[in-house]
Amino acid sequence: MRAVRRVEGRAVVVDRRDIDTDQIIPASWLKRVERTGFGAGLFEAWRADPGFPLNAPGASGARILVAGANFGCGSSREHAVWALQDFGFEAVIAPSFADIFRNNSIGAGLVTAQAGEDAVSALTAALAADPGARVVVDVAERTITVPAAGLSAPFALPDYARWRLLEGLDDIGITLRHADAIASFERRRPSWLPSVRPGEHAMA
Amino acid sequence: MSAHRLFDKVWERHLVASPDGEPPLLYIDLHLIHEVTSTQAFEGLELAGRAVRRPDLTVATMDHDVPTVNPLGPITDPLAAEQIARLRKNCEAHQITLFPLGSADQGVVHVIGPQLGLTQPGMTVVCGDSHTSTHGAFGALAFGIGTTEVEHVLATQTLRQAKPKAMAVTVDGELAPGVSAKDLILGIIARIGTGGGTGTVIEYRGAAIRGLDMAGRMTVCNMSIEAGARAGMIAPDDVTFAYLEGRRYAPKGADWERALDDWRSLATDDGAAFDREVRIDASAITPTVTWGTTPAQSAGIDGAVPDPDSFQTPQERQAARRALEYMGLAPGTAIRDIAVDAVFIGSCTNGRLEDLRAAAGVLRGRKVSPGVRAIAVPGSARVKAQAEAEGLDAVFTAAGFEWRSAGCSMCLGMNGDILAPRERSASTSNRNFEGRQGPGGRTHLVSPAVAAATAVAGRFAAPSDL
Ligand code: SF4
Repeated sequence: MRAVRRVEGRAVVVDRRDIDTDQIIPASWLKRVERTGFGAGLFEAWRADPGFPLNAPGASGARILVAGANFGCGSSREHAVWALQDFGFEAVIAPSFADIFRNNSIGAGLVTAQAGEDAVSALTAALAADPGARVVVDVAERTITVPAAGLSAPFALPDYARWRLLEGLDDIGITLRHADAIASFERRRPSWLPSVRPGEHAMA
Repeated sequence: MSAHRLFDKVWERHLVASPDGEPPLLYIDLHLIHEVTSTQAFEGLELAGRAVRRPDLTVATMDHDVPTVNPLGPITDPLAAEQIARLRKNCEAHQITLFPLGSADQGVVHVIGPQLGLTQPGMTVVCGDSHTSTHGAFGALAFGIGTTEVEHVLATQTLRQAKPKAMAVTVDGELAPGVSAKDLILGIIARIGTGGGTGTVIEYRGAAIRGLDMAGRMTVCNMSIEAGARAGMIAPDDVTFAYLEGRRYAPKGADWERALDDWRSLATDDGAAFDREVRIDASAITPTVTWGTTPAQSAGIDGAVPDPDSFQTPQERQAARRALEYMGLAPGTAIRDIAVDAVFIGSCTNGRLEDLRAAAGVLRGRKVSPGVRAIAVPGSARVKAQAEAEGLDAVFTAAGFEWRSAGCSMCLGMNGDILAPRERSASTSNRNFEGRQGPGGRTHLVSPAVAAATAVAGRFAAPSDL
């Protein structure tokens, strides 16, 4: 995973709440066996509407997505994160995120900046007035700023997520430092817990 | 010792390490995988030169994009065929047990785990699928994960998780006759909202929950994610133990006795406090139909499509307006006046034998309304075989339903079973998001009994209307 310290650039606002991962990337795209190439499917159904914010001139170079509460609800598909990243987004700002989406984002290096409703509204208003305004999401400081509008607001991001984003660390590497603890845990597991040996099902 | 909740007990017994400044490391007892969210995880694993740590705690099946017509014939969708072939290859390469198409144990991943006795009280269960919450019906801590986390579990058999909060949803009293577990969970979601459970694990408690059979409990826990919850749990009891006893991977002999003692100790202690508590009166729950594009947007079957202006916040009003526009519905329309084009009975929410029995009970001696396309898709190959042994397939087909093979099918429309744009369905699945059953399709979530009655009436109906 690449380290992310700061995301800076234009932002697009999709002012809806409960944006589910079926909208972010529809099921027909989930048959791909790669991690790349999902950008073309991002918000596929909504992009059929020429007035959809992602179709605005300038949106294609945007780095930051601003959206309503409960962003990323529904399916666990990490493809939603890959689609946002493939399109060019490096951060999403919203009043709240669904749990699985947030975990997936952190794992894939997409910043989920959880800001207050008021801050998101102010940001939305600032971008309505000046769609090209430069927005800065600072992971180290946990702040969102729009210098041209004189706007600055904090956002929430758990310490561990912040550390991983800043360092660009992958979880498996960190976890394997605890390999001894895992092995000793395994020796203490109760005898009745199920295990399935390969080939065993053939007799069924 | 302080009073502990079911969730704490399961959580604490799986802590491998709690290093400073890092989320705790949780051991995973069972990792279920399927073709759609595992491919890139295996690829990552191989690129890093890592092995699957516990193939014996990993079980795979094919469900999301499998054909439900002629499942053993050639798979005509080349992308689905490739994904399915990769799962087979990955399972072979890593010595993982796979229940493939054609196996007597193939089926929707959340139907086969419990059916095989793999899902047991007190376990941790994960899968790259949000409806993993289903397994919480056994008093397991079960939740959905993304592909990066799937890779982490494959490599380490653990997950890093900050401890969620615990919420209690207590359902007092008794469900009225004709009201099902599906109506109950839709009613719960309507009350707490799509984000009401975010950051929490919900424990369902109370007389109405205890009164549900395992199929009903699974339906309730299945849709916990639609309230945003990480997981749903129900304390195991004699209903749970009776379901498990004798299943293939359930403990046997002395192990069974030891396990029973342990499982009985899992219930939440008296006096334990929850971070949030919600109480619901079961008698207030009626057969429920969603009218919008989130599972929280629902009404009783006796009700009507609401006026968006009647909602409290601007965000809710905007969401309701958008939903009605997408759904092609006018405020004030009686739910019973809404005509459907398609009926889908199946999915990990309502694709179990009990669900098929409930629907068949309504369909016996009746016909699907002309012009309605109706399909019944058993949740697993074994459910299909059991239903056929009871003659349920004949009831469905005599009524005019198509009787399919097991898979996710029209629940998410990856396998070609989809709605056309603007087509309207009554569906026993769990998501009515825009386009969930096909681009432009309009989904109304209902129980199996209401789905069957609706197929007959051609518009939303309760069995008692027929
Ligand atoms: S039946 Fe539907 S909800 Fe369940 S696993 Fe399949 S696609 Fe997901």
